[in-house]
Order: sequence, then C-alpha cells, then structure tokens
Amino acid sequence: MNFYAVKAIYKFEMARTFRTLLQSVVSPIVSTSLYFIVFGSAIGSRIQEVDGITYGSFIVPGLLMLSLLTQSVANASFGIYFPKFTGTIYELLSAPVSMREVVLGYVGAAASKSLLLGLIILATAGFFVPLQIAHPFAMLFFLILTCITFSLLGFIIGIWADNFEKLQLIPLLVITPLVFLGGSFYSVDMLPGFWQKVALLNPVLYLISGFRWSFYEISDVNVGISVAMILLFLSMAIFTVWRIFKTGYQLRK
Amino acid sequence: MTPAICIKNLNKVYDSGFQALRNINLDIKSGEIIALLGPNGAGKTTLISTICGIAMPTSGQILVDGLDIQKDYRLTRAKIGLVPQELTTDAFETVWNTVSFSRGLFGKAPKPALIEQVLKDLSLWDKKDNMIMTLSGGMKRRVLIAKALSHEPEILFLDEPTAGVDVELRKDMWAVINTLREAGVTIILTTHYIEEAEGIADRIGIINKGEIILIEDKDTLMRKLGKKSVILQLREKLSTIPHSLTAYDLHLSDDGYELTYTFDTQGERLGVTALMDELKSINISFKDIDTKKSSLEEIFVQLVEESQQ
Repeated sequence: MNFYAVKAIYKFEMARTFRTLLQSVVSPIVSTSLYFIVFGSAIGSRIQEVDGITYGSFIVPGLLMLSLLTQSVANASFGIYFPKFTGTIYELLSAPVSMREVVLGYVGAAASKSLLLGLIILATAGFFVPLQIAHPFAMLFFLILTCITFSLLGFIIGIWADNFEKLQLIPLLVITPLVFLGGSFYSVDMLPGFWQKVALLNPVLYLISGFRWSFYEISDVNVGISVAMILLFLSMAIFTVWRIFKTGYQLRK
Repeated sequence: MTPAICIKNLNKVYDSGFQALRNINLDIKSGEIIALLGPNGAGKTTLISTICGIAMPTSGQILVDGLDIQKDYRLTRAKIGLVPQELTTDAFETVWNTVSFSRGLFGKAPKPALIEQVLKDLSLWDKKDNMIMTLSGGMKRRVLIAKALSHEPEILFLDEPTAGVDVELRKDMWAVINTLREAGVTIILTTHYIEEAEGIADRIGIINKGEIILIEDKDTLMRKLGKKSVILQLREKLSTIPHSLTAYDLHLSDDGYELTYTFDTQGERLGVTALMDELKSINISFKDIDTKKSSLEEIFVQLVEESQQ
C-alpha cells in the first residue's frame, strides 16, 4: 500500500475544500438554513406534526440526506474530473499507485468533506429546531455509509463524464429529484395509496427512512430493509469502480 | 549490464484504429541521455506515455531496470519522472504544495530540504508560495520539471521541455540536465530543437510514422552521415563547370562566383587536394575559401525524407 500517495491525494483534495470555504461549506449551510426558514417555519406552521414529531424536526434527516447526497456526488465527481479536464491526470496515471489507492484518496476526501458538512448542518439545524437522536451510532452508521456510497457514485460520474454538462447531468436530473421525492419533506403515509407504492421504487426513500429512524424511531419502511439497501448501494458502487479500473475505462488510452 | 529501459516489439494502436507505434525495439543504457527526434505526430509522445503507464501498449513488452512495467508497475513507475509536453498544472495550488504533492504521490516520505533545493535549482524558490495560475509559461514549465524531480527519479522523460521557453530557461534546463547526468540519471528527451539534441545527447533516435528509423551514437551519426563542403569564392566568373571537373560533386552558384564542393567525410579519399591541383592547372583562382559541416538538422531532414520515400 502506497500510504504516502493516499495521504498526498487526501491532503490535496481537502486543501481544495478549505481554499474554497465559501463554496464548499458556507454555501450548503446557507441553503439548509433557507430550507428551515421556508419549509420549517412557513410550511411547518401549517403542518403541526408528522408521526408525533414537529414538522421542523421531522425534515432534519431529509435535509441532511439532501446535502449529503448532493455534496458527496459533487465533491467526488469534481475531484477526479478536474485533473482530467486540466490534464494533470497524467501524473496520477504515471505514479506508482494502484487504483484502490486512488479511490481511497479521492473518495476518502470527498466522503470526509460530506461528513464534516453533515455534522455542521446538524449543528445548524440545532439553532432552528429541538434535536433528538434516539440511536446516535445508527445515525453515524447511515451518515458515514451514505457519504462513502455517494462519494463512490460521484467518483464514477467524474470518470464517466467528458464534459461539464455530463458532470452535472446525474446530480441534477437523477439525484436531486430522487431525494425530493424520497420523503425528505414528508412521510410516505401522507401520499395517496398509488403514489405510496410508486415511492417505494425510489431507492433514496430507504436511506432517508432509515436515517430518520435513527433520529426519531419512526420510519416509512422497516429499518432492516434500509440497512440492506445502503449496503446494497455500497456494494454496487464498489463493484462498478472495480470494473472501471479493470477495463481502464476513460482513463488510460 | 541491465538496460535502464528495454523495449521489445512494442506496438500501439488507438481505439480509432490509428497505429501510433510500430514494432519498436530499443534499449536505453543506464545513465545515458538519448534524444528522440521526429516530426509532429511521429509517435514520440505516445512512446513516452506508454513507457510511463499513461497509455496501454497494444502488444510488446517494456522493461524498466529489468522489471515489467505492467507486472511491477509500482517499482518501475517509482523510478520514472515525467515532464509532459503540455503545461498541465494545478492552477489554484501553490508551487510548494504541488511539488510536495508529487513527491507524496510517488510514495516518498516528505523531504522539505530536497524540495527547497529543487526549487532553488530551478529559480522557483521566491515563487514557492505563489499560485501556479499567476506564473508565466516559462515558470510553469519549471514547476513541471520540479514536480518530476521531487521524487528523485532514476529515469527522467522530458517531452519537449524547452518548447516555447526563453533562452534563459533553456540554459537553466541544460544546466539541470548536466547536473542530473553527473548524478547518473538516465534522460530521454524529445525535442524539436536539433541543436539541443546535438548539444546534450549521447545518442540520437529518429522516429517517423511510429517507427524508429535510426538510433545511433550522436558522434558516430555525425561522422557517418555528416557531409562537409568546401566553398570557393572565385576571382573570375564561371559560366559553367569545366569538363575536367565533372568527376567532383561541384555546384556553381547562379552568379558564377561561388563553387561548392561537397564530400563524404567517411570517404577513403576526400579529393580536396586533387581538386585544388585541378583548379590550378586550368587557371581557376579563388580569393577566399570556407568550409561547412552538415548539422544534425540536415541529417534529420535527410533521414525523414528518405523514410517517407
């Protein structure tokens, strides 16, 4: 294992976060605060409680998931796409590093950033609504696994993309709609019968449901299914990355 | 002695079907400086990219210090430093950070004293905290060289390192190359500046259309293919070359005042003395005499033209 290389990539990527503090950290905090103001206060004043939880508190796990998923994908995809775009990828390809180490460095940094961001958003939420975390370890389990899984997905997107449009395509057209329709701001029980069944086809629903259970012990689906789903997504992401490097897709000519 | 690089029957065909390298066989000795010359698109960069691991070979084998570049990629890549042709840099990073990053990426423990020395050698020390985007093209080129040297490579690839840089940097570069040569680093250089190859290389390789058409010790190449000319400035105008001189390879200038005799330096008899005697016997006198030796550039052009026929 080339630890120095993993450390170098990790440090380099983390340095980018701190160099672009406004974009990386402050901007998601501002957006989340706006969600609390708009959804929590404006709409929340009309919806008193969901499953016995105040609406403001109810949306905290969903908002966190929204930020974690979008930021994990954005950080990881940009992290590997940028060297491809600028041409500095030559150095990575000519270095004595295995692709496993490359993934560890880039995905590790992207997941760390998202995790850090998740914790900051959680603290921010504490200013707006009373927080309660019934199962802190389960919460961390979902938080960490979601960061890693979606950072891996972002890494895959970054390798696949050969222009900025493709880089934005999946986060904007797939991830964001799935998070919004996955019960971030509502309980599936609030939907009509038919749409409840359709909502179950949304994989993000299982993540949000499990995550919300770790906070309030309420969920749309069984928490065991949520755990199985996050592990399934993680396995799929790892398998896809492994396949990409096996074939040298889009990196080595 | 195991060659620093041993290339056997290397072929590279891109997905588009374009064959960039054709059956390349080449041994590069440890500690030598080899210059690869060739027109644009000849395959120089593809060859370097394939050895460095950026491009995958279609067939053939590459050994670095006796180790296969695919099976033993960790050991072989750690020995190699690459300065790419394009100015590809991390625009928003500082010089110090990007050079330190390269050292770590190549599996070396931090060594600030070495990075400092490399930056000083390349006149980059006072720019160490500057963002790369604020540097001039020449300075960016130096940063790329510093990155390649940061992990103390045994083999260094310089892909047109002096393309578009000023005379000062070119001299600095040559000084750095000389220092590396003294330290025993094997250097593979591609260049369009033939005088650069002539000045610093031990061997010259010429690539055209993906094939190595010649690889030769520089001095031997110059001797083998070099031609010399004697140029005579005549006192009186000649309308044609006299019949008695047709045995010599002579050229008469359009104004009739300059007679050029070209001869092969490898020939058994050069014929200069006989020509002088002959000129004297037919009363052709000259007021000045000059000699000219063919440059590597002329040899290069000649070889490429021959390979294209």
